[in-house]
Amino acid sequence: MGLTFAEKALARKAGLEQVEPGQIVTVQPDKLLTHDNTAAIAKIFREIGVERVARPGINVIVLDHVVPAATEGHATNHQQTRRFVAEQGITNFYDVGEGICHQVLPEKGHALPGYVIVGSDSHTPTAGAFGAFAAGIGRTEAAAVMATGEIWLMVPHSFRIVVKGQVPRGVYAKDIILHIIGDLGADGADYRSVEFAGPVIEEMSVASRMVLCNMVAEMGAKAGVVEPDDKTRAWLKGRTTVSYEDVCADPDASYERVMEYDVGDLSPQVARPHTVDNVVPVTQVAGTRVDQAFIGTCTNGRLEDFEVAAGILRGREVAPHTRLLILPASREVLLAALAEGIVTDLVSAGAVVLNPGCGPCLGAHEGVMAPGEVTVSTANRNFKGRMGCKDSEIYLASPATVAASALTGEITDPREFL
Amino acid sequence: MWNKVHTGRVWKYGDDVNTDVIYPGKYTYSDLPPEEMANHALEDLDPEFAKRVQPGDIVVAGRNFGCGSSREQAVSCLKHAGVGVLIAKSFARIYFRNSINQGLPIVQCAAVEGVEPGEEVTVDFSLGKVLTPRGEYSFPPLSEFVMGILEDGGLIPHVRTKLGIG
Repeated sequence: MGLTFAEKALARKAGLEQVEPGQIVTVQPDKLLTHDNTAAIAKIFREIGVERVARPGINVIVLDHVVPAATEGHATNHQQTRRFVAEQGITNFYDVGEGICHQVLPEKGHALPGYVIVGSDSHTPTAGAFGAFAAGIGRTEAAAVMATGEIWLMVPHSFRIVVKGQVPRGVYAKDIILHIIGDLGADGADYRSVEFAGPVIEEMSVASRMVLCNMVAEMGAKAGVVEPDDKTRAWLKGRTTVSYEDVCADPDASYERVMEYDVGDLSPQVARPHTVDNVVPVTQVAGTRVDQAFIGTCTNGRLEDFEVAAGILRGREVAPHTRLLILPASREVLLAALAEGIVTDLVSAGAVVLNPGCGPCLGAHEGVMAPGEVTVSTANRNFKGRMGCKDSEIYLASPATVAASALTGEITDPREFL
Repeated sequence: MWNKVHTGRVWKYGDDVNTDVIYPGKYTYSDLPPEEMANHALEDLDPEFAKRVQPGDIVVAGRNFGCGSSREQAVSCLKHAGVGVLIAKSFARIYFRNSINQGLPIVQCAAVEGVEPGEEVTVDFSLGKVLTPRGEYSFPPLSEFVMGILEDGGLIPHVRTKLGIG
């Protein structure tokens, strides 16, 4: 019997020939990703009583959650992180302005095919778009990884999701994953590894594959993955000097479920408040007044997302009662958008450009909402209070839908503007 | 100290027992002492639980136990209440990890189908079996590494022991 991607990746790391779902293995992860919570993790690390981080080379630390600091408390937190980094000789540290950890990790060559990556953030599975096994963990566990260099992981059952069909105009990776989450439910893939495959995935850009893997967390999955191919290798070229080896599922692997989605008839999708699996076609909520439109985050803050938005907004103006916030996922994305003139297009249309980071997504600063307000956002979560106000509403959609909605001031089917 | 064979009286619950009913959100940001945390365990699901739970009792449930928030107290309140083992058809992923890392033995199998509240079950961790009055249920044996964490009482004490600290 062949192995799934997760079985193979974990068996290889654990030095075993064969593993089965439910089995627990101990592995030395290739990378440990932490962000603004590094200071809290460092505190637990010190409580353990260890002087030195066991394998400082695996640490990748990115300050992204509240950057630049919004309060003295946040500033102190960042300061403690910088001191910890200096004290432990951690070289893979990316300070304020570099971008969101899930974007910076691959950009700096730390997410490679076959890697096992753990991170103290629930959207760590994003790195699965590069053929890595990447899973979120808790703070206590992250501290233990720093102390020992290893972690226990349970080998997950696997789903294989095959996506086929001609992707219609106005439909993007975001619409596809929202549709799948709506279908499977918020715990539909609990503890599972989700493999995305099929002609639509093969055709997709690396950035779009990141959208899919980023959002597997919203159906409970431990990891999501896309098999590496020439696009992956081209994307990674020049970003790393480390040689890597692809890990791919065997053709005769055994899956708990194999699902096929034909997206040929799919329309733009929207997740309504307050759960990510509350998904309907955009036409069902079209006309809902929008106070704030937000394009960015680790889900949809990449160049192709801003290209689509600029295509809709170029030469036009955002509705007078609507604020449009633009947040590139990294410095690299921002520079590319500047070079292409996209930033000029968007700012001319009325957008506010925020510095690379998590921004309004987690409701700590920049773009917090007021009671009764509605945001349409390209982020991955629409939980009550997520954007800082429990009496506001968040709709999740693709960059095209958000751009079109910014233009009209109400939730709008983007196909009208394409 | 944790035993590789554990017999205990059963508290039986259904599917989707979430972290809010295990340990209500209103207590999560108060640093309560262990015995007080135990008093609130399962407060919004079964008010009798905290009053009558005995050391070594076993909680047996259906699918998706511990769904919702990542709060570690939803595990530690049960541990402080004296629960010896948690058994469910499935656990929400972060809850599963928190449980082992907090030193509370956890078993995934369908034992809930073979037991009624108040009856006894026996969990044999070495064999990977739960013996109920109405049948035997298998689960994949825990690795030595996880056994080690449970024996030491959780991840942090385990790491300290392993590294020869204190």
